[in-house]
Amino acid sequence: MPLNKPFRLITYAACAASCLPIFGPLPASAQDKPYFVTYSHDLEEPGNLEIETKTALGKPNGGNNFGATAVEFEYGTRAWWTTEVYLDGQATSQDSTIFTGFRIENRIRPLMRDHAINPVLYVEYENTSGADKTILEFVGHDSQPDLAGPNSDLRRDHQHEAELKLILSSNLHDWNISENFITEKDMGHDPWEFGYAVAVARPLRSAAGGRECTFCAEKFTAGAEAYGGLGDTFALTMRDTSHYVAPTVGWQLPKGARLSFSPGFGLTGSSLARVYRVGLAFEFEQIGDWFHQSKQPGSHGGAE
Amino acid sequence: MMRRGVAVLLLFMSATLIVAASSSSRWQQVPEKDHARPNPLAGTPQAAAAGAVVYRDHCLQCHKPNAQGDGRKHPSLRSERIRSASDGDIEWFLRQGDLGHGMPSWSSLPEAQRWQIVTWLRSIQ
Repeated sequence: MPLNKPFRLITYAACAASCLPIFGPLPASAQDKPYFVTYSHDLEEPGNLEIETKTALGKPNGGNNFGATAVEFEYGTRAWWTTEVYLDGQATSQDSTIFTGFRIENRIRPLMRDHAINPVLYVEYENTSGADKTILEFVGHDSQPDLAGPNSDLRRDHQHEAELKLILSSNLHDWNISENFITEKDMGHDPWEFGYAVAVARPLRSAAGGRECTFCAEKFTAGAEAYGGLGDTFALTMRDTSHYVAPTVGWQLPKGARLSFSPGFGLTGSSLARVYRVGLAFEFEQIGDWFHQSKQPGSHGGAE
Repeated sequence: MMRRGVAVLLLFMSATLIVAASSSSRWQQVPEKDHARPNPLAGTPQAAAAGAVVYRDHCLQCHKPNAQGDGRKHPSLRSERIRSASDGDIEWFLRQGDLGHGMPSWSSLPEAQRWQIVTWLRSIQ
């Protein structure tokens, strides 16, 4: 029986992601939390490139099943600055498979020390069509009908949006607690839209074992996310906003790969009943070194 | 309106760069309380073995397999600076990082794993 289109898209994305390690040396260990919407203050290590697919599967009322994948290229420009590019696409059952746009984002840690609460400033430019269903955040009055129309109609709407986030994140007794305040503005005459995302997570075991392992508890991180819209400047109200709660689990695989899964449950009538998210990430270490000949070790001074 | 937005953005970027540039030697900034913290795993071979695994996962990419650095921007960890630092100093440095000079913060690692790295670093000096 042939696969339907959403699953075909996901299969293609998974196959592409699985081929990534052949393009470089053994990658480093990806370290991020298994969050899909919320950001913590973890930034990419400087010089590293992480490639991650984030897939959302859902079915809006009155619409067809869809699968939407965002492929994320995340580079550690500095220890305090991470820059990313996303490429988005989606496939809707009994409809079509389309590319839906790109996003460019930067995350900057303005404070150089670790504090009880660590702020990160997030700036993003989105050039997507209305058919984008990656739902990497919910703002304003985003709701099910936005995802239910045929692709041919939805893609006519072009969105040039700026998004700003204030990320606050704390590490407390091996727990990470993160809160994001989101505001988004279409470059046209649409209002400012607001949203939120909060998350907690911790590894299942704190101390590492004395040998390499794949299935041991410290390789798993579990937590939960909650996210949703908070209205806009035209209607600063919670009416017709979407809200979700989503347990999440991450598994640190060998060779720098990380697998994440999160089933999200809609809490309001405007929300999708369920949205399933799957993430697969590979981290490539020090890609700048691929183009440089290393000097003899030891010629540099000590840790200073 | 647009000009004001650009001015605010430039101001923000300048402030960020100034803060980044003003970060001097981190070792001199270790609070006394952290300097004096004992390593709860000190001297345990299991912790050193586990620290080697954690090092391989997170530190090796920059500081190289023998912890001697890459001879360019990633320094050796077999140094007088590490030998003369207290365990608390090293754990603090791992937790804080030195963002202005390229060392990420490892506060996202569980505290036990940071102490395991410290134990391993001690064992290779």
